[in-house]
Amino acid sequence: MRHRSLTILTAALTTGALALTACGSRDAGDGKDNGSGDGGAKTTVTIGVDAPLTGSLSPFGQGIKNSVDLAVRTANKNNEVKGVTFRTTALDDQAVPGTGQQNAAKLAADKDVLGVVGPMNSGVAQSMQGVFEKAGLTLVSPANTNPALTQGDNWAKGEKNRPFKTYFRTATTDIIQGRFAAQHLYKEAKKKKAFVVDDKQTYGVGLATIFAEEFKRLGGEIAGTDHLTVKETDFSGIANKIKNSGADAVYFGGQFPEAGLLSDQVKKAGARIPLMGGDGIYNPGFITASGEPNDGDLATSVGYPVEELDSAKKFVQGYKDAGYKDAYATYGGYSYDAAWAIVQAVKKTVEDNNGKLPADARDKVRDAMAKVSFDGVTGKVSFDQYGDTTNKQLTVYQVVGETWKSLKSATFQD
Amino acid sequence: MHELPQTLVSGLALGTLYGLIAIGYTMVYGIVQLINFAHGEIVMIGGFGALTVRLWLPDTVPLTAALPLMLLGGALTSVAVATAAERFAYRPLRDAPRLAPLITAIGLSIALQQLVWAFYPDAKKSRSFPQFHGDAFELTGNVHLQRDDVFVLVAAPLCMLALGLFVAKSRTGRAMQATAQDPDTARLMGIDTDRIIVLAFAIGGAFAAVAAVAQGLRAGQINFEMGFILGLKAFTAAVLGGIGNIYGAMLGGVVLGIAETASTTYIQHIPGMQQLGGGGWKDVWAFVLLIVVLLVRPQGLLGERVADRA
Repeated sequence: MRHRSLTILTAALTTGALALTACGSRDAGDGKDNGSGDGGAKTTVTIGVDAPLTGSLSPFGQGIKNSVDLAVRTANKNNEVKGVTFRTTALDDQAVPGTGQQNAAKLAADKDVLGVVGPMNSGVAQSMQGVFEKAGLTLVSPANTNPALTQGDNWAKGEKNRPFKTYFRTATTDIIQGRFAAQHLYKEAKKKKAFVVDDKQTYGVGLATIFAEEFKRLGGEIAGTDHLTVKETDFSGIANKIKNSGADAVYFGGQFPEAGLLSDQVKKAGARIPLMGGDGIYNPGFITASGEPNDGDLATSVGYPVEELDSAKKFVQGYKDAGYKDAYATYGGYSYDAAWAIVQAVKKTVEDNNGKLPADARDKVRDAMAKVSFDGVTGKVSFDQYGDTTNKQLTVYQVVGETWKSLKSATFQD
Repeated sequence: MHELPQTLVSGLALGTLYGLIAIGYTMVYGIVQLINFAHGEIVMIGGFGALTVRLWLPDTVPLTAALPLMLLGGALTSVAVATAAERFAYRPLRDAPRLAPLITAIGLSIALQQLVWAFYPDAKKSRSFPQFHGDAFELTGNVHLQRDDVFVLVAAPLCMLALGLFVAKSRTGRAMQATAQDPDTARLMGIDTDRIIVLAFAIGGAFAAVAAVAQGLRAGQINFEMGFILGLKAFTAAVLGGIGNIYGAMLGGVVLGIAETASTTYIQHIPGMQQLGGGGWKDVWAFVLLIVVLLVRPQGLLGERVADRA
């Protein structure tokens, strides 16, 4: 018996190592089997990561990758699941849906992978969900906010229908984020005439549409709408239009590279009005996009500021101690929680099967995800019947000087 | 209609920027009938050259004083890369089938982008570019001219004037015209055509650097991908104006720039076309304009040669 388990162990380690080498990227320092603890064979479970690790959104992506790595290290150190060593394998999707789909296929083909954290972009998620569903593999996004991902395409008409049983998220949806932003802009910031711009991407259009509807419902006026193209840098045409529309605020659905430039160009065109956006613009890169000061610009982001949560102190400290090169950024806490949810689901699966991984581990992990509940970095982590987080906390941030300062944190109310 | 003057001012600034880059396409095409698709990357590299100079200079040097040095640094980098590209990538293929240099140009474009991405410090993200601070200049009533646009509106006409005089008056300039008309005969007349071709690439590179600085000032940032869209637009401008004609390139740029800003502003006011207006559609309208012009005047606005070789 002893002999056979050694053979299995060697085989598992070799295949694992081969798979990881083939995938190209792997973090140093995570669980190498050392056989200590329970004095015998350990199974290796891989938690995949898919995020934009290069390109303009890489500040977000690197934070996601590192935070998952930290969760895995913590799980191994605490021996969270007896007999299981966790690993991570991180793939770069460059925020491109096609690349995300290839990564999804790669992760699905690796039998050691029992759960994946990612992706960051809702558009990428759309291309990955189907692959994961077929493989029965759990995907937990720390950042996707588009409602259709969990509630189906007809969510706006009130027909909620969960399209993919394997998809979960620790980030809240744009239905909540967009409406929260509109409520803040109308009631607290007292802006009555907003100009709405989006970047024609899944996330941006969804968020901007929801914002506009709620803003109108509250009694505000939409001074105009326009769309810009991702990766362009010249938005002076739109900026002039915004100035001429007489709007007293701009709402932008999209990511920080374009948002920073748009905000600066609106101000340079002579309209001294704030720009507001969602979690995609809540990044230092928004302020440094170009030289113009951004004081007064606003962003909503999911959850409470990680720095201010008691539950997050350990995470922040651990992240610092691990010495990662990039900051954990907007989604760090959610990525840690997403990875931890997978760890918990694996734990439940192993415990229900007399301390071993069952043959249909992926299906069992997926089923266990629905029942996961623990106190995470960002608060209580659990998922509702659609796979959405039950956590509906949001924060409004404002640019003061050169940094984002949290202005107001609250739980969303209808 | 009250938006018209503002649209024209913004469009002019954008258009002269396109025009400066289009010069590079048109000069090279005029002489060797090659569409140098790597020209957008020459622009990008000029921008990084200028940024490097700015980072070398102490922060206390004001931007106005640093600008000439940045232009020089940017121009040196782009000219060096453009002439090296000619010497090592295009010259060995001069007698090869037409497809070979074209594909080389595309490959070169990707290679240059990735080189900057991999080796320029921190170029994986956008690098911020210095800007003139302060409010826009108010020309009249509601028309604003942004500070950073002043540079391109001054630099572009100066560059065009210098180039026009050079081509028309100087001995080398006339040799250039001769080479464009008939390279074989020009060589028989004792003109060193290789030198003329290098010169065409060099002038294109220098103009590209001016455009890169202008673009950096406008956007407040440069990145390794910026050359692609700029190059595509400038190529469109060159074709629109009549490829091979330097004044056509500038005219094409200005027409394209104004068409883009005007379509952003006006199309959606046309009844029934609200869905087709705004910033998201400006490229569509720019290319519709290109197609219409090419249908009516296949040689472009100022082109003389029939586009039989393009």
